[in-house]
Amino acid sequence: MSQPLLEVDELCVDFALPQGTVPAVKRISYRIEAGETLALVGESGSGKSVSSTAAMGLLPDLARTRGAIRFEGEDLLAAAPKRLRRLRGNDIAMIFQEPMTSLNPLHRIGRQIAEVLERHRGLRGRAARPRVQELLEQVGIPEPARRIDSYPHELSGGQRQRVMIAMALACEPKLLIADEPTTALDVTVQAQILALLKDLQRRYGMAILFITHDLGIVRHFADRVCVMRQGELVESGETAALFAAPQHDYTRMLIDAEPRGRKTAVAEDAPLLLEARDLRVSFALKKRLFRPNAYFEAVRGIDLSIRRGQTVGIVGESGSGKSTLGRALLRLLDSRGDIRFDDAALDGLDASAMRPLRSRMQVVFQDPFGSLSPRMTVGEIVGEGLRVHAPELGHRERDIRVQEALRDVALDPAMRHRYPHEFSGGQRQRIAIARALVLKPEFLLLDEPTSALDRSVQATVIELLRDLQRRHGLTYLFISHDLAVVRALADTVLVMKQGEIVERGDTETLFQAPREAYTRELMRAAFLDDDAA
Amino acid sequence: MLSYAFKRLLQAIPTLLIVITLAFFLMRVAPGGPFDGERALPPDIEANLMAAYHLDEPLPQQYLRYLGDLLQGDFGPSFKYKDFSVTDLIQQGFPVSLEIGGLAILLALALGLPLGVIAALKRNSAVDYAVMGTALAGIAIPNFVVAPLLALVFGVILSWLPAGGWNGGALPNLVLPVLALSIQQIAYIARIMRASMIEVLGSHYIRTARAKGLSERLVVWRHAIRPALLPVVSYLGPAIAGIITGSVVIEQIFGIPGIGRYFVQGALNRDYTLVMGTVVFYGALIVLLNLIVDLLYSALDPQIRYDD
Repeated sequence: MSQPLLEVDELCVDFALPQGTVPAVKRISYRIEAGETLALVGESGSGKSVSSTAAMGLLPDLARTRGAIRFEGEDLLAAAPKRLRRLRGNDIAMIFQEPMTSLNPLHRIGRQIAEVLERHRGLRGRAARPRVQELLEQVGIPEPARRIDSYPHELSGGQRQRVMIAMALACEPKLLIADEPTTALDVTVQAQILALLKDLQRRYGMAILFITHDLGIVRHFADRVCVMRQGELVESGETAALFAAPQHDYTRMLIDAEPRGRKTAVAEDAPLLLEARDLRVSFALKKRLFRPNAYFEAVRGIDLSIRRGQTVGIVGESGSGKSTLGRALLRLLDSRGDIRFDDAALDGLDASAMRPLRSRMQVVFQDPFGSLSPRMTVGEIVGEGLRVHAPELGHRERDIRVQEALRDVALDPAMRHRYPHEFSGGQRQRIAIARALVLKPEFLLLDEPTSALDRSVQATVIELLRDLQRRHGLTYLFISHDLAVVRALADTVLVMKQGEIVERGDTETLFQAPREAYTRELMRAAFLDDDAA
Repeated sequence: MLSYAFKRLLQAIPTLLIVITLAFFLMRVAPGGPFDGERALPPDIEANLMAAYHLDEPLPQQYLRYLGDLLQGDFGPSFKYKDFSVTDLIQQGFPVSLEIGGLAILLALALGLPLGVIAALKRNSAVDYAVMGTALAGIAIPNFVVAPLLALVFGVILSWLPAGGWNGGALPNLVLPVLALSIQQIAYIARIMRASMIEVLGSHYIRTARAKGLSERLVVWRHAIRPALLPVVSYLGPAIAGIITGSVVIEQIFGIPGIGRYFVQGALNRDYTLVMGTVVFYGALIVLLNLIVDLLYSALDPQIRYDD
């Protein structure tokens, strides 16, 4: 057998932390041939990024490695730092998950790309410019001659990721390591970036090590897949074979973790709970001294009605105004237009007039890490709303209600004396849901509640939300950019684009026969695996 | 950007008005007056003096008169330095204050920035602890303690440098006051630079720079230092204010004929116009320098552009 391009051989990486040694990767082995695509799939904490970071020689100082990583036969773990710097950006290039922060905000993008050429090709100043422009064109940046002098903040997330790719390709590397390159991007942009990577791979004949938590993307992208869990490689094989007949329970679980189930629609004559007419929200862009302020209209005249027991899903790309709409409906943002909640007009109510209604309409946010106060115990967080809305409750009664709410979201009530940092992302999201539920609301705004979670955790949270709705007769407004999740949870879907609703309908009809071009584009991007090529 | 600067200058007007008003009335609340001395003046002479300087008018009227004069650029006559207007005194004192203040800020940057960078690069090492420990001491000890100590050790005991005096701004006379004035700022700047450098070194774009195969030297010089400077630049406004207020004490201790010394003596002598003049002048200066710092910030960071 010929020599592989990259061979990871019995690699062990431990982190020597003050509180003891923590193994990150346990004796994993895999190989990548020239020109092929290998996907390394695993959930957060599985150690999937560790081996590639080790290959680049970019592990933190407290990492201890054993085994070998051979690039064209040369052991990278034993290589001198100087030798590694020659390889990095030249033979092995890397793109990262965070396009928004991976570029230096103070340098023009052209200069940042040229820097790679200067380092490895000795091209200085203007000599690098034609090549940089060519690279920008190849990665699909419009008007490369002008964009070459842009700063990163003048580009969108997708464009910044394209710049990162251009930078990685500058020296035509033999291996491109792509660490979650599309996770932070909208589905449509994700589809474009994946297509671009495929195209460039064909053109340059490079191998790609694709690291992701999303098994769905990998299906049509990778030649082979390695599945990692808790630092171990549990299964690897040809992509098609692995999807057709997963051997390991964990792989099967990951494949099954794609959201499932459907919500049945409520009766046509179910009473209306929340209604909005011609709802508009605008933000002042800049305040001007002598001229009227400039405004950006984020929500542009939306009508909507939600019946009791319904789950209305709102989908759309980032910036489409879906979160703004949700917040305006709960009067967390100022808006124009009528809003009625169970026959009470909400528009024009001030904060104190809204307060009694707040217990009936609650909200769960996306970020389970930022939304819980780190200085309060879980019991205090969950019980805080009761102090406001049910001040008559004594300490003991409040504690009972808190325990009930925690049991409702399948958490052990004994955990209420702990602090949020002791919980995982999925558990924290359950706490956030318990915090809303303790007030016995009728209406729950769920703003991307599963987006920050791993797929398998996501599935359990979706199950929980479904179960709670059944037991408590809740009504949901579910905001998500993830169409698969919306399909599993909602009975009615609204598609938003630039502050307007472009299409609405019951979930199955809309997913099976979308009428609008924009909806179709969104679907195609989201279900990469369904329209199998 | 011009209209931004203009707007900021407009905003400075109410700020200065508050400063002027507070200073004016606080000054008058303090017991005593400009013509009180060991030997009481005959009542009719004092009355004449008071009338000449309009001090016999009701206080609100004096206040309005002062504002009116100020609008015409007239700081009024000094009560104690006969034959000098306040403007004359400021014109005499400012070059001196500017020299030691400017040198102090330059020294603070020249020492504080490299110390901060080194501490950040050698984080948690002996070097880091030594720099940060010294910096903490520098912050904790006020300049009115540092200044006499420096004068005592280098001026009196070792006799290396003059313990005081101006001597027309000769270099040996500059060393101790500039050092005393800058020690605290060196310490602050080193700490801010260290913290911001550590944050920048952990950022994603530094990881990108390393992934390009750049040497550590290039990573630090080209990619880390400029973004790390931004918090230091925003600290420059308060730093300048600190140096200006510090100079009031330092000039007095080292006997330097700058604005600070006039200010202290003016306050002791109840020389109302002189105190008011220096307050207004320094107030305007701080506002102006802060504006310059903010404009400098936008020059360093392309994400900040002041339009409208």
